[in-house]
Amino acid sequence: MSAAATKAAAKSPAKSAALKSVDTAKKSSVTSDLSKEKQIALLRDMLLIRRFEEKAGQLYGMGLIGGFCHLYIGQEAVVTGIQAAAREGDAVITTYRDHAHMLACGMDAKGIMAELTGRIGGFSKGKGGSMHMFSVERQFFGGHGIVGANVPLGTGMAFAQKYKGSDALTMTYFGDGASNQGQVFESFNMASLWQLPVIYIIENNEYAMGTSVKRSHASAELYKLGEPFGIPGVQVNGMDVLAVYEAAKKVIAHVRAGKGPYLMEVKTYRYRGHSMSDPAKYRSKKEVEDYKENRDSINQFRKYLEAAGMANEAAFKKIEDEVKAIVHEAAEFAKESPEPDATELWTDILSQ
Amino acid sequence: MTATTVRVALRDAMAEEMRRDPDVFVIGEEVAEYQGAYKVTEGLLQEFGAKRVVDTPITEHGFAGLAVGAAFQGLKPVVEFMTWNFAMQAIDQILNSAAKTLYMSGGQVKSPMVFRGPNGAASRVGAQHSQCYASWYAHCPGLKVVAPYDAADAKGLLKAAIRDPNPVIFLENELLYGVSFDVPEGEHIVPIGKAAVKKQGTDVTIVAFSICVKYALEAAEKLKAEGISAEVIDLRTLRPLDKQCIIDSVRKTHRLISVEEGWPVAGIGSEIAAIAMEELFDELDAPMVRVTGKDVPLPYAANLEKLALPTTDDVVAAAREICQSRARAA
Repeated sequence: MSAAATKAAAKSPAKSAALKSVDTAKKSSVTSDLSKEKQIALLRDMLLIRRFEEKAGQLYGMGLIGGFCHLYIGQEAVVTGIQAAAREGDAVITTYRDHAHMLACGMDAKGIMAELTGRIGGFSKGKGGSMHMFSVERQFFGGHGIVGANVPLGTGMAFAQKYKGSDALTMTYFGDGASNQGQVFESFNMASLWQLPVIYIIENNEYAMGTSVKRSHASAELYKLGEPFGIPGVQVNGMDVLAVYEAAKKVIAHVRAGKGPYLMEVKTYRYRGHSMSDPAKYRSKKEVEDYKENRDSINQFRKYLEAAGMANEAAFKKIEDEVKAIVHEAAEFAKESPEPDATELWTDILSQ
Repeated sequence: MTATTVRVALRDAMAEEMRRDPDVFVIGEEVAEYQGAYKVTEGLLQEFGAKRVVDTPITEHGFAGLAVGAAFQGLKPVVEFMTWNFAMQAIDQILNSAAKTLYMSGGQVKSPMVFRGPNGAASRVGAQHSQCYASWYAHCPGLKVVAPYDAADAKGLLKAAIRDPNPVIFLENELLYGVSFDVPEGEHIVPIGKAAVKKQGTDVTIVAFSICVKYALEAAEKLKAEGISAEVIDLRTLRPLDKQCIIDSVRKTHRLISVEEGWPVAGIGSEIAAIAMEELFDELDAPMVRVTGKDVPLPYAANLEKLALPTTDDVVAAAREICQSRARAA
């Protein structure tokens, strides 16, 4: 281990402890200095993800979307809170449950939905599908179907950011399931050794497909997975968008200051099955209902905004209408956009 | 022309391209302070510093993926695998991430990078260190696959590979590293995708790549003494394969032999046989012959190892066989 990494290891417990204090699993929210407008924007962004995913589920049911389709419903606060704390120019990479990350990166809902339906208007011209979408313009680098493989990629993107002397960083999202892949630990090692500006975000939704964290991790404290490598970690309540935002803000400041990688374990829950074909029989109805009724990120945040006097029913309706219009327009576009021309079969194989 | 070893030619190619483009960097095990496990990166650390000549832990899957991510962001990594055998740990990143992302992104995300290192059998290192991966990678769209024989091609093709906007698999040969060949002075670039006729002939076409070009050339000399004129083609690039070069040659010689160190099943020779069947059905005066490594894991024992690998004499015997069959037919 290099001197730099040893130094980071020595520092990590204190940092880790300081940030752990933002774990608000037992509180409904944390205080934030975010402006009212920005807080309302968080609600709007979460609602856009939910309505988008509901529509994707419908289109899948109608046979307009093929193959795999992994919905993000339940997890909206995670990517919304983190990306709200990121800066224009920061890069994002994730696994196959990726529609929400693209929306959170500011990618057009029409292009995402049209990719789901396999049309030329999709972000990958219909050639990538649900799991493989990209926007260099928005610094979104997929959308990867091999569980865990995006973690070295995100680490390498951060390597390039440091190499070029940029102060941008890379948000590398993956799940509790991916966090058992060997290449994840290989990445942690190099990121710490070379003090790369990468934030590892484990979206712990408790189930890797049908295998619970309890049955797949020898230790369930995933925020500690980076500790042997000197990577500080923090566990955050991923059902609370403000808690996620506030934690991300601190983590981003740490990483942007050149202090090396950070690991966030964001505890969340997906309401739907792993993919559209999963009836989710590995967990109880009661467990799912408890999250929906008592912990739902959108409902909880609505209540908070209302109680804080930041928004009322009329404001919520306005947001709901705006979001529905975007999703409706995206779905119409995704149905109307033509399939890629047959000549597209042979394009984009090699760059000229 | 300057007599240069393949090792130095490869090093010169990297150094020249690193001087030309600050986005080019070298990454791998022992590439910097140790100066390369086979000394191919000798002197690069001294000239370019630790930022651009990066020693990694022993972590092929991880550093290959890291390099692909760096390429997504516009850098041009030259990834050294200590040998290609170890790249099996990384093959998911090479194929699923580097080769497919351009297509999956509708042309947006490029992976301008080179994966290089010694491929195939060395000497007495046993089965796990002695495999030819030519047909594995040549199978995959999204990649270019290069396997040079001499020093001039090693230099010219590596420079072309580093400048190429696609992921290039660059297969070297350990036994050739110390062999000297003439290399042109000054800027020397060899285009990817072009085979070279190393020796003109009229009776039989021998197609080979990498170290097997040596056996083909030696065989051609021996055959000359027997009155058989062999044309030797060095494929140099395996994807995209220079079909036309093979077709033009066989239209002249009407006989075809492929030589490779890899296994016979679904090998490069199988692909050449398919080309012969599809494009040269009426041109062949004898069935094509594949000279390959034997269909066994490479043994350690000196005598068995020798039996398992193709030799000059195997090529000579193959040529005699198909040339005699024509004599009978005539």
